Amino acid sequence: MSRIPLPYNPKVMDLFRNPKNLGKMDDATVVAVAGNPACGDMITFYLKISDQQVIERATFESYGCAANIATSSIVTEMIKGLTLETAWNDITWKKVTEEIGGLPSVKFHCGVLAVGALKRAIRKYFEEKGGGAPSWLPADLTFEEKQALEEEELAQRLSKRLKPEAET
Amino acid sequence: MVENVKELLKLHEGITHQVYLDNENSTIVPQEVVDAMLPYFNQKAYGNPTLTHKPGWEAFEVIMNCFQKISRFVGAKNLEELTFTPGETEANNLAIMGSAFAKKELGKKIVISEIEPINVLHVTDLLKKFGFSTTKIPVDREGFIDLEKLKEAVDNETVLVSVSSVNNELGTIQPIKEAVDIVKAKNPQTLFHTDASDAYGRIPIDVQNLNVDLATVSSYKILGPRGMGAMYLREGINLERILEGQIGTQKLWPGVENTPLIVGFTKASELAFENFEVNIAKMRALRDKLVDGIFSELTDVKFNGPKGDKRSPDNANISILRCEGEALTIELSLKGIYVSSGSACSRRLLQPSHVLVAIGRRFSEAHGSILMKTTRYQTEEDIAYVLEVLPVAVNRIRGIVGSTGTD
Repeated sequence: MSRIPLPYNPKVMDLFRNPKNLGKMDDATVVAVAGNPACGDMITFYLKISDQQVIERATFESYGCAANIATSSIVTEMIKGLTLETAWNDITWKKVTEEIGGLPSVKFHCGVLAVGALKRAIRKYFEEKGGGAPSWLPADLTFEEKQALEEEELAQRLSKRLKPEAET
Repeated sequence: MVENVKELLKLHEGITHQVYLDNENSTIVPQEVVDAMLPYFNQKAYGNPTLTHKPGWEAFEVIMNCFQKISRFVGAKNLEELTFTPGETEANNLAIMGSAFAKKELGKKIVISEIEPINVLHVTDLLKKFGFSTTKIPVDREGFIDLEKLKEAVDNETVLVSVSSVNNELGTIQPIKEAVDIVKAKNPQTLFHTDASDAYGRIPIDVQNLNVDLATVSSYKILGPRGMGAMYLREGINLERILEGQIGTQKLWPGVENTPLIVGFTKASELAFENFEVNIAKMRALRDKLVDGIFSELTDVKFNGPKGDKRSPDNANISILRCEGEALTIELSLKGIYVSSGSACSRRLLQPSHVLVAIGRRFSEAHGSILMKTTRYQTEEDIAYVLEVLPVAVNRIRGIVGSTGTD
């Protein structure tokens, strides 16, 4: 049972209750997912990217706690109008946590996962576009991407240890 | 932090109907229990029961009366067999550590089930430091312990077996009497402890009939005050104390007896047992209305634990797929409905309820589980309100999830 007290701040609560930029985007340029339902923590970002590589619109869907929903929502707000390069360099999990007015420490990973999903989306955009990655995009995974991957792998490992699904 | 909580509470202003269903984790203490306790803070029997003056003798008399009553409710032979502790956690710690230390010359093996409460899991973990090993008996998909595995696990070095009478999350009523017979047939020296906190006041308990050596009961689980519980220990068995201090009326738990809480626990027990059948029928009817309503209102829901008379009458545990539990508890709270969830709260562990995982639920099903317990004080209107609000709350959370969150 969830027993750690989670005194979410008003901004988190506001975005939980009235999330901005919620929902699937049918004409998205790129879609990226991070997390796993087994972790109770999963985010999908939909980005509409212009030819000038500016994020025109961003929306999200989130399976997770209130902090997961709120951080995903605020990331979509923060990146709107940014070039991919600026979004890549400027949006860190610490900045997201700051922007949302702070998170309980057990929820820091929500910001990490949201930024991991964003970075994955940017990387995927260049992969799908072809023609190679720009010079500012490192070949090595960033901290947030590694964390997302680690979480997914851990979920996989733990799920394998489970018994086969019950019938009822 | 406190400022945030103030703001959180402000969001609840204007709530007109509140339904408290988180009776697993704390309860509303009925007014008649509070009224029974109050005089003992400052009107009478406020003395230390071991001292030689009127307020002390008054306290002694009151406490002995309470010992008598609780002994009768659990089926103890006499009041010497009972120890008041500050709660279920402490009673379980005393029962398990106290038995292990007292019996360590006979062996260093302990057997528990996979779905014991956290305090039992943690105390057996702690005992590793003292050279004890613990075997966990698996359970089936409804949470019933595997009696064959239990039989295999007990040998001549097993000092203690501990299995809850009723699982706190699933409401599964374990075959304790059969389990005791199996254990005693393998090793008559092995002590059998049962945490009966979730059974007390819900199913008849008789420690003599069950033939257990130790049992735990808890005050708040039957709507008494928090901070009080009791451990039964069969006459003639020696246990080691796990805390040291001034010994009062009971040799296994030091410190000054808390008369008001003991009175409250006893009053709550009396109220639960006075109209036992009626109380149970009421809990069950409300629980069934709640569960049936949820299943008719929502799709993609799973019932956790057994149905029918092998389940505690108050317990409802339901997994709501594509709906993360923590988000749902908050959403419901904003509407005045209070429940808990088996969702993982700390990501680094990534572990949702160990009980739901043990019965074979997928992690995502455990993250989406909610636990609710009804009481005799709730009404049909309360349940109707929950059934009105819950589907709306679930649909809003599922709306955020969209196509994300499917395995």
